[in-house]
Amino acid sequence: MLNPISFAFKKAKAEKRPALLTYTVAGDSSKKQSLEILKSISKYADLLEIGVPHNTPVADGGQIQTSSYRAIKNGIKMIDILKIVKDFKKSKYSKPIILMGYYNMIYQFGENKFLKECKKSGVNGLIVVDLPWPENKNFSKKCKKNSINFIQLLSPTTSNRRLKSITKDSHDMIYYISMLSTTGGKLKVTPKKILKNYNKIKNISPKKYCVIGFGITEKTISNFKSADGLVVGSQICKEITRSLNNRQNPVINVSKMVYKLKKKIS
Amino acid sequence: MKLKKGIPVIDQGDKLGFWGGKFGGNFVPETLKKPIEDLEIQFNKLKNDRNFIKERDKYFKNWIGSPTRFIKLQNLTKHIGGAQIWSKVVSDANGGAHKIYNATVHCLLAKRSGKKVIIGDTGAGYAGKMLSMAARKFGLKCKIFMGAKDIKRQQPNVKAMKKNGAHVIPVYSGSQTLVDAVSECMRYWVANCDTTAMCVGSTVGPAIFVRICGWSTSQISRELKLQLFNEFGNIPKKLKLYNCVGGGSSSFGFWNEFMDYDKKQIEFIGVEAGGPAKSKRHAAPLTYGSKIGILHGAAQYVNQNDDGQIEETESISAGLDYPGISPLHCFLKDTKRARYTAASDEEALRAYQIVTKYENLRPSLEPSHAFSVAIKEAKKLSKDTVIVINSCGDAYKDKKILERKLGKKYVKSN
Repeated sequence: MLNPISFAFKKAKAEKRPALLTYTVAGDSSKKQSLEILKSISKYADLLEIGVPHNTPVADGGQIQTSSYRAIKNGIKMIDILKIVKDFKKSKYSKPIILMGYYNMIYQFGENKFLKECKKSGVNGLIVVDLPWPENKNFSKKCKKNSINFIQLLSPTTSNRRLKSITKDSHDMIYYISMLSTTGGKLKVTPKKILKNYNKIKNISPKKYCVIGFGITEKTISNFKSADGLVVGSQICKEITRSLNNRQNPVINVSKMVYKLKKKIS
Repeated sequence: MKLKKGIPVIDQGDKLGFWGGKFGGNFVPETLKKPIEDLEIQFNKLKNDRNFIKERDKYFKNWIGSPTRFIKLQNLTKHIGGAQIWSKVVSDANGGAHKIYNATVHCLLAKRSGKKVIIGDTGAGYAGKMLSMAARKFGLKCKIFMGAKDIKRQQPNVKAMKKNGAHVIPVYSGSQTLVDAVSECMRYWVANCDTTAMCVGSTVGPAIFVRICGWSTSQISRELKLQLFNEFGNIPKKLKLYNCVGGGSSSFGFWNEFMDYDKKQIEFIGVEAGGPAKSKRHAAPLTYGSKIGILHGAAQYVNQNDDGQIEETESISAGLDYPGISPLHCFLKDTKRARYTAASDEEALRAYQIVTKYENLRPSLEPSHAFSVAIKEAKKLSKDTVIVINSCGDAYKDKKILERKLGKKYVKSN
């Protein structure tokens, strides 16, 4: 049986468009609201990344940091995040869920216990920002045993030799970081150059689904229609912040934004 | 877990950069893998390169002013009436603290690799001040990340950085102290690692930064070893080395050359920041049994909650106000080579008063923590015991805090 992540990419392929991946922080701005946001955007997004907020993030820019601090301040814990996933999966909107976070949170929870709980809640994939290859070899194997996709990251600084080793050890999906930047940075490289690197990865590993993230926004997204998938994160987090500041409903505003994003690549 | 003899501790990590199989490592985003690997290759080559060492020593001697003094604190010894109390006055070094060694080495490495910009984090402002000095000396552009709270409480060093032409970037996230400054600095490096070199201000961060910093500050113990021979004709039979521990760069450097001695002969005592006596918060993960976690790319004992969020610290001394601790010290603790304890804010202030009353020495709040424990323990020790405290910073930067806490009479003008 095809796993839900591959299925989502296949479905998008059949519709001749890239899959749309969204990133929101769990518990932003509250547990209830973040679940509402997930439900409402799942009408348009193909896969949903959920950020596990951490207070010393070494790769996140201002927008995601703001969302993370907000969520932590409101008391979000790992068990709450797993509960959000579980509740979401029970709803009629279910889409593949990818948790994205930093290793210390998993380490403190206990790797095995964490994977068991992930499986129970219905988590389909994991991205661990600060657990690179080859340090992630063991954990990645454990994920596979639990039918969870461990998603490897690649960056413009990744050497060709590393690229080959990493893609070889990767599961169904790979995440290409478009440029040297924290999340939410302005696109400082031309889409052409980004796609050139993307194609290099696809040539080495044609069967793996490769998504592009970092610097993808309403403005830039239509430049990357040839990719397997595209991730929008910081712009969504920013929209939540903006909505809260203007006393508007983030659920409606974010939903509108994701709808527009989808339109641009359809 | 065992400490090996005859191999520098900085080189005792395994292939993945773990000391004792579990401390340190490289928990970094993929983007940083390449620049870190480049730095590893460069450092591993240069640390055995005679010309590079010659160049380093030239700057250490002529520019930093090595060796720093090794002095007996006669009056204090008399007053306490126990062990002989000595001090290695590392604050003699150009700029006023040990941070200059690491900063200089990082600038030398950056220059050799053709980088034009160097960035760094700072807590007390010393690491930043020294990096700004070294950057100016070697013609590199410099950016320093500093918590907004620390900028307020360590103004003299902020002024010095700006005077040296560095761009001081305030960090407003989280607790607005060192921990957030290091995070922000690493984030900046993630986005600019193709053109920019990073200097981590202590023996923390990904393994290569721990190693470079430890290698650099080891100058302190190299000097001390010679000075001990000159003074006593040999290494004393009972020697105790006291040092404050925040990230752990000065203490590691103060001890490194003596690692292979039996701890019954040479004991290492690391003093962490216990925070205000009445507060539950502290910056002493080794003393108070914090769990292992990942902070800034390395596994270490670190103050955190059950979920793995890093906890805020509290200490009067900005230089020790860090929730984690060098993997090297975790290793030295678990192999029982060093002993760790803590002093509270109040105890550090009291030690500062005692030292300045009896001696012409003005340790900053960081080494005052070490003095506090040393003074307490010296009383109970025999006269043939030699204790040495690393006075690794000068109190000039703490002027405001000292005035507020102790009154103007304790703060002599500089």
